[in-house]
Amino acid sequence: MRPGRKLPRPSGRKSSGTGLVPYLLVGPAMLLLLIFVFYPLVNLVYLSFFDYNLIREKTFVGLKNYEVLFFVKTDFLDALRNTAVYTLSVLFFSLLLAVLFALWLEPDSRINRFLQKSMFTPYLISMVSCAYIWSWMYDADSGILNAMLALFGLPLSRWLNDSDLALFCVAAVAVWKSLGYYLIIVLASIRSIPAEILEAAALDNTPPVRKFFRITLPMISPQLFFLLITITISSFKVFDVVRVMTDGGPGNATDVLVTYIYRYAFQMNARVGYASAAGTVLLVILMILTYFYFQVLSKRVHYQ
Amino acid sequence: MNLTSSRSVRLRRRAMGLLSLLFKLAMAVFFLFPFYWMITTAFKTYGESIRFPPTLWPESFTPEAFSDVWQRIDIPRYLKNSLLVSLGVVTLQAVFNVTAAYGFARYEFRGKRWMWALVMLAFMIPTQITFVPVYILFSKAKLLGTLWPQILPFAANAYGIFLIRQSFLQVPDELVEAARMDHAGELKILTHIMLPMCRSSIITAELFSFISTWNSYFWPLVMTNSDKVRPLTLAMQRLQDAHQGLEWPVLMAANSLLVLPVLLLFLLLSRQLLSSFGYRGIK
Repeated sequence: MRPGRKLPRPSGRKSSGTGLVPYLLVGPAMLLLLIFVFYPLVNLVYLSFFDYNLIREKTFVGLKNYEVLFFVKTDFLDALRNTAVYTLSVLFFSLLLAVLFALWLEPDSRINRFLQKSMFTPYLISMVSCAYIWSWMYDADSGILNAMLALFGLPLSRWLNDSDLALFCVAAVAVWKSLGYYLIIVLASIRSIPAEILEAAALDNTPPVRKFFRITLPMISPQLFFLLITITISSFKVFDVVRVMTDGGPGNATDVLVTYIYRYAFQMNARVGYASAAGTVLLVILMILTYFYFQVLSKRVHYQ
Repeated sequence: MNLTSSRSVRLRRRAMGLLSLLFKLAMAVFFLFPFYWMITTAFKTYGESIRFPPTLWPESFTPEAFSDVWQRIDIPRYLKNSLLVSLGVVTLQAVFNVTAAYGFARYEFRGKRWMWALVMLAFMIPTQITFVPVYILFSKAKLLGTLWPQILPFAANAYGIFLIRQSFLQVPDELVEAARMDHAGELKILTHIMLPMCRSSIITAELFSFISTWNSYFWPLVMTNSDKVRPLTLAMQRLQDAHQGLEWPVLMAANSLLVLPVLLLFLLLSRQLLSSFGYRGIK
């Protein structure tokens, strides 16, 4: 059931001479994609070489925007670093927890299905709502997390107001929200391991840890790699949760690439050219990740 | 000897089972508690919400926060915008995604290969990349004061085309052949064979679109310049800057209104949603 591989067999498909029909079918969607995806894409790169603020005429400045991004200002590198730290923490905890939970919930029972469903619920709720709820729970004065710390006599934390901790608090919400979805994927791939292999392992009395590293992990590694790339891509474009919970603060401790672009394009005197340069950097990063994504997809097809 | 050890093994196993069960319940609580906390906070008075230690169940249990929300912001208008935008996107996608998917699945034509390559490429380009130029586009077209900037860019979506094309490809050729033998026209083949056969995957694609549009925050934040056209997700920040300090019961009341429709949808359709998400993951 792998998508996009199998070209339709010619038999039974279109007889020739349909002329315009396929173009009428495909045309509108293609036009929309051209206007709202590809033209903006080209325009973004184009604008990144200009000084432009939506009102005055644009002036060509060559690579100056990029020079400012990387060598003059430091806030872009901060945003880049924050995004990387955020991505790594989300990746690490999402994958680890998804695998652990999947092993734990592998037998199909009522309680397991219930837990799986509970874990999936936050995935459907908007990030904005989740972010507001967690902001309230993280609240330094009357949030429930500090109340619980106090209950156990532990020192209180300032959570989102603590510049060392804030980014991880935000990452935790992202993990909490999507873990249920990753769990479903890992669970499905564990359950699709052929029964013969598992029976053989059971006959040999393979200890569970060894069974995991020798059988389960290699068998689910394609799905894990798929998740790795998907999570990395979605973490690099994180915006909603950061914007609602910290808006990049305190200071710029949680400023990430997209909040950075947004701020320069819409808040700081609309420095559109400069923001476009930052956007182009994000584009390059995403393109590299996408390249790996397709590499993996094509490899999986050969193996199966 | 043997008997007692097997009994102790069984006992230990049962204890482990019980422990595991308790831990599972605790995890379920961890994942659902935030929603409980949202709803119970919404029914507290401001005074009770900041009390220490917090009350697990609202003592006051008052809908005050909800009426506060109602008075401070124009909920029906935000709700109307959210609904119009979500339904608009879903309706247009039902037309453009389905026709494009049908064209790609059932026809051979010049340029098909590179057009399909463009669709796949579009699939990988997020709105976080395109938003600045699209904003400029709509601002030049003087459409920023309308709902169109939130609808039009999503009228066709690469993921939906991809998903629906897959299911069109799976309709057996024999069925189409047979229909052709009976002199059924192309339109009749589409409406009488293809669409009914692919109903569930089209509905799934539409459902995803609805939920993701309903939940969207980034795009409307960028593309709107007045409350007249803002959706519910952006209403929350009105409540935030309206007052000094944060009145959590009010914020949570508004949040409950935002969460409830999706939560209900999930309760109704959880089985289908879970299995289709699983399918999407495995592919």
